[in-house]
Amino acid sequence: MPVLEVSGLSKSFGGLKAVNDFNLTVEEGEIVGLIGPNGAGKTTVFNLITGLYKPTSGQITFLGENITGLPPFLIAQRGIARTFQNIRLFKGNTVLDNVRAVSHPTIKYNLFDAFLRTPRFYREEERVTREAMDLLEALNLAGKAHEKAGNLAYGEQRRLEIARALAAHPRLLLLDEPAAGMNPAEVRRMVELIRAIKDKFKLTILLIEHQMGMVMNLCERVVVMDFGQVIATGTPAEIRHNPLVLEAYLGKGATVA
Amino acid sequence: MKVSRQALWLPIGALAFYAAIKLLQFGGMISKYWQLVLDQGLIMVIGALGLSIIYGFTGQFSLGHAAFYGLGAYTAGALDKLYGQGNPAFFLLSLLAGTLLAGIVAMLIGLPVLRLRSDYLGIATLGFGIIIKVGLDNSNKLIPMLGGATGMSGTPQLAKFDLIFLLTFICIILVRNFIFSTYGRACTSIREDEIAADVMGINTTRYKSMAFILGCSLAGLAGGIYAHRYPFLHPSNFDFLKSFDFLLIVVLGGLGSMTGTIITAIAWVFLLEGLRFVLGQSFIDWRGVIYALILIVTIILRPQGIFGGKELSILVPKLPLKAPGKEQQTYAGPGS
Repeated sequence: MPVLEVSGLSKSFGGLKAVNDFNLTVEEGEIVGLIGPNGAGKTTVFNLITGLYKPTSGQITFLGENITGLPPFLIAQRGIARTFQNIRLFKGNTVLDNVRAVSHPTIKYNLFDAFLRTPRFYREEERVTREAMDLLEALNLAGKAHEKAGNLAYGEQRRLEIARALAAHPRLLLLDEPAAGMNPAEVRRMVELIRAIKDKFKLTILLIEHQMGMVMNLCERVVVMDFGQVIATGTPAEIRHNPLVLEAYLGKGATVA
Repeated sequence: MKVSRQALWLPIGALAFYAAIKLLQFGGMISKYWQLVLDQGLIMVIGALGLSIIYGFTGQFSLGHAAFYGLGAYTAGALDKLYGQGNPAFFLLSLLAGTLLAGIVAMLIGLPVLRLRSDYLGIATLGFGIIIKVGLDNSNKLIPMLGGATGMSGTPQLAKFDLIFLLTFICIILVRNFIFSTYGRACTSIREDEIAADVMGINTTRYKSMAFILGCSLAGLAGGIYAHRYPFLHPSNFDFLKSFDFLLIVVLGGLGSMTGTIITAIAWVFLLEGLRFVLGQSFIDWRGVIYALILIVTIILRPQGIFGGKELSILVPKLPLKAPGKEQQTYAGPGS
């Protein structure tokens, strides 16, 4: 059973068809790259999958269940987590609380336990704190646990967003340009990191990226979008030589040097 | 039971404060007038903590806090005046009724409005505040005993310093326990980025409503106590300027700081009384100007408020949690 199945997905904003008859199947354990020129509709696809936008038409199936039109928080609780192109951390909260906030649906104490601080409250607080610290440890952020998220360096904020997404115990992770604004050495380390968390947390990953080096290196399969539609799918090597893709990026008549 | 040694300092501190006030009372150092001011300060702490949950911790802008304060005051006051006859158990029941009514009304207003993002709550609560004020002004047409614009008196004055202090202390503890739990973290994540919180699995409508209902219930409780401490209730005590009082306290103290709210609430009441001494009757006319000046000066000099989101560790001791395990492997990520 595929982890994610998107069929006939469309989204219009007024007269603009941001996503038009988009189809995608992601199998368990895959890393799929979603590429395309600016404005192709990649982030809109992410927003549709996570429920931030309601699709105009089409269906999204996650682990065999139809999740089309569910509110974002319910989709998240079913196991889809994401990061954002323009980092959206809880900036005024500590690094630790950024991660712990996302553990909220897993908490097994109620309001009454919280008000009276029952033993169950302490047990669960201890558990989520330990889990959060483990995640921060895994992403090399444990030393910053008590700093405000907004005070972290750019690369650290990117990693914290990934840690926060992992705290929700996702099956599918959507990464929106995780290497944006990074130098080649940092991109290489980000590739290693994504590979490592994929194995460790048994993830399936869908990735938007502009850094072709990263896509070619990391993804087993690449989906290319332009004007809201899929124009090509295939292995990185196939995509590299696809005339339609070259046309989308470079214009008509371009060839590989 | 796990209690860190640090956690004992709060009850000890509260007891010391209580003992000090008691000593001063026995020494005759606190006049009836200043006792009234102190009690009002504690009542404001309870109400302001309510707005602190709503605005300071959850980021939902409310301009009608005094309306819920008024609802609690009139509900508890009228019930006790009618049926209480000075019975302390009934007094406590009337407080509960005022608290619950404020909470229920908050739910009715909050559930439709809090589904929306942005500042609709501010507009809705502003309107609600005006409706309540007008309603109280004309309340005698429906229920003569509420007195309408002439005010209501006759509520048994059963709220003494000891009880007000105890209730304030309990409220502080409960609010603290709420804020520093998974519910509080859900609320602050909504304050910081509502869309991200939603996408990360937090039911934002639910927690915005929870914060709003809880905060307004606290305003209702504060109002109920007020009705049992001040013999005369008047609609003008619960108008927009009073809502502004609460808002100023929360903003001045620093958004997202309980410590700031508590200290500023008491300081604010004493400051107002001090001004009343200095300015006499003209204080009423100058009030609006003084509020605005204080707010402008704060925004310029210290926009994050006096406590700027920080807490005193006596109020918020570290939870006694075991040190986290370090058996995990570390991956060096980018930028590390």
